[in-house]
Amino acid sequence: MSHSAREEEWAAWMSAAMAGDTLAYHRFLKAVTPYLRAIARRRCDQFGASPSEVEDVVQEVLLAVHLKRSTWDTSRPVGPWLSSIVRNKLVDSLRRRGRHVSVPIEDVVETLEAAPHDEGADRIDVDRMLEGLRDPQRDIVRSISLGGAGIRETAERLQMTEGAVRVALHRALKGLAALYRSDRRANG
Amino acid sequence: MRTDDLINLLAKDARVSVRFGHIFLIALAIGVVISAGLLLSTLGIRKNMIEAIETPRVMFKLGFTLLLAITSTRLAFLIGKPGVSLRSAAQTLLLPLSALLIAIAAELFVVPQAAWGNSLEGRFSSFCLVFVPMLSIAPLAAILYAVRQGAPENPGKAGAAAGLAASGIAAAIYAWHCPDDSPLFLATWYSIAILVVTAAGFLLGRRVLRW
Repeated sequence: MSHSAREEEWAAWMSAAMAGDTLAYHRFLKAVTPYLRAIARRRCDQFGASPSEVEDVVQEVLLAVHLKRSTWDTSRPVGPWLSSIVRNKLVDSLRRRGRHVSVPIEDVVETLEAAPHDEGADRIDVDRMLEGLRDPQRDIVRSISLGGAGIRETAERLQMTEGAVRVALHRALKGLAALYRSDRRANG
Repeated sequence: MRTDDLINLLAKDARVSVRFGHIFLIALAIGVVISAGLLLSTLGIRKNMIEAIETPRVMFKLGFTLLLAITSTRLAFLIGKPGVSLRSAAQTLLLPLSALLIAIAAELFVVPQAAWGNSLEGRFSSFCLVFVPMLSIAPLAAILYAVRQGAPENPGKAGAAAGLAASGIAAAIYAWHCPDDSPLFLATWYSIAILVVTAAGFLLGRRVLRW
């Protein structure tokens, strides 16, 4: 698939996602992740971060894309927006890992345009992060991410309304992003 | 957590309830209303505004400060959006700046040299230095809050843009009270107040606009 066709597809998914289509959003995130991983791996190699940190960086960037998605204007191309978020978060994340880096935007754009070679070791790091969340947020995160449950099932099990689960989930994701930031800072 | 699990989690939170643009507009409106209310409830609009508004200097003062408020607020809005070129928005700041320079030249031409000093000093410069920053507080808090929801690339610069926008708004509001009308006064005292607030925005931005 050509770059522009892919970008249009991503934009369509993201647009549907913002209107509440969880399936489209899932597709978008799955499609983008290999690219993020390729960029993160290259940067970690280059700046001497251990390869095991790649997946942490990927997850941090995903969280940033998620929490800042309301800044994407659906009438604009998604590529420059995504590149800019990824670059900023990448610089920030690597810096907190003690590397003073600069990541040229062109590199990010190129990687997003090229085909990724994907495979990916996963990290357990966020499990420790979950300790930093309070219930019911932690419970909800566990239930949905690890248990694979949907919003409705989770709501039923915890005897909450679906709306309350959604709100708690959103807060939990904000909390996770904040934990990432403070955790890295505290650990130098 | 595996990355796939995180993706499952994020996907469930797909919907965006409020767009960044809406947040910015609402916050801005609240900031402007509070600031305008503060002027009306303390100093009020100048007594002779109905006659004064027809004089070129007052017209220029109101127009100039409004233009500064609009161009700088637009920049502060765009700086919160990733991947948007800021060049043209930054260039529009030259509009109020060049308007001011032209007005200064006209003032120097019209007013005899002996009166330049008095025009520049004005009568109520200390009011200007106190009220412009004070009227900036609510818009600055509102704009910083809004930009925080965005994704500014450089927190310091974004904070400075927020400070410039807030003080531009404050100047546009204070101008309705301000009894000093010379462009020389504007260029001196308003500028000092605006620079102070912009610097405060820069320092605040570095703290609160990281994401």
